[in-house]
Amino acid sequence: MRWIWIDRILELQPRERLVAIKHVSLVEEHLDEHFPGDDALGLDPCPIMPAPLIIEGMAQTAGILVGHASQFREKVILAKISRAEFSREAVPGDTLRYTATIRRLDEAGAVTAGEVEIIAPDTLSPTTIGRIDLMFSHIDKNLAGVEFPEHNFVFSESFRTLLRSSGFDPGF
Amino acid sequence: MKREEVFEKILEVLVDALGVDDDEVTPDASLTADLGAESIDFLDIVFKLEQAFGFKIEQGELFPENVTQDPDFVQDGRVTPHGLKTLRARLPHVDFSKFEQDPEITKVAEVFTVDSLVNFVEEKLGAQSAA
Repeated sequence: MRWIWIDRILELQPRERLVAIKHVSLVEEHLDEHFPGDDALGLDPCPIMPAPLIIEGMAQTAGILVGHASQFREKVILAKISRAEFSREAVPGDTLRYTATIRRLDEAGAVTAGEVEIIAPDTLSPTTIGRIDLMFSHIDKNLAGVEFPEHNFVFSESFRTLLRSSGFDPGF
Repeated sequence: MKREEVFEKILEVLVDALGVDDDEVTPDASLTADLGAESIDFLDIVFKLEQAFGFKIEQGELFPENVTQDPDFVQDGRVTPHGLKTLRARLPHVDFSKFEQDPEITKVAEVFTVDSLVNFVEEKLGAQSAA
């Protein structure tokens, strides 16, 4: 399974800002279960994108921005979700636009502020639906000697491909 | 800045960083034992203090580094007198009087109280205005 919750990177201002989009599609299997209908209760299926996966999309958006700042030499790990607020759901047909901005960046880690917008498929007008602030740690600097499995890290081959297919030099 | 003002700002930082209620943030409250801070929260607190007070905090300046792993400073799970002396010298804002009665390494993080943060910020601000 591809664990990539963004489809394309639109803008990359090194050490400052990264903008990415994700199209929510009914073909995504997890939407079958989130939420299924219930005949007995007379409930229709209600496919909505789970909020934790929106957070994951922002973590990947912001994580790439943080990793890029050190040319992906540091191991970046999502350390804390400082804030995650949503005002409405994202449903199939919506385009999510993630904008991550660096608030603080040093050798220990980074703090990012994030805005999530939905771009309506008919009018193409964006509406802010969430704010997600995150903290990343450069674990080599903070937990020296502690080994983490590779899958804990933000970066993988998939992200390299994503950067390339979006027209950016991954540099790693 | 008065000590009460420093405390109020620190209260805001801790409520934000640790998701605690205002009334839990008392001067004696330990960041770990009473307010539930975990190791990563310490980094968050450092970031937020910098933002709130407009100064830079170097790594290891507020919370110690490389002390607890050093065999000279910790033996049999307890902080040695030499280790305690080093901690005191590095962290003048922290009150170790209670900890030294039973210097178990697992409890060392509990010495960081709300008051120790207030002391730290006051020292930093004092040094800034003197410079």
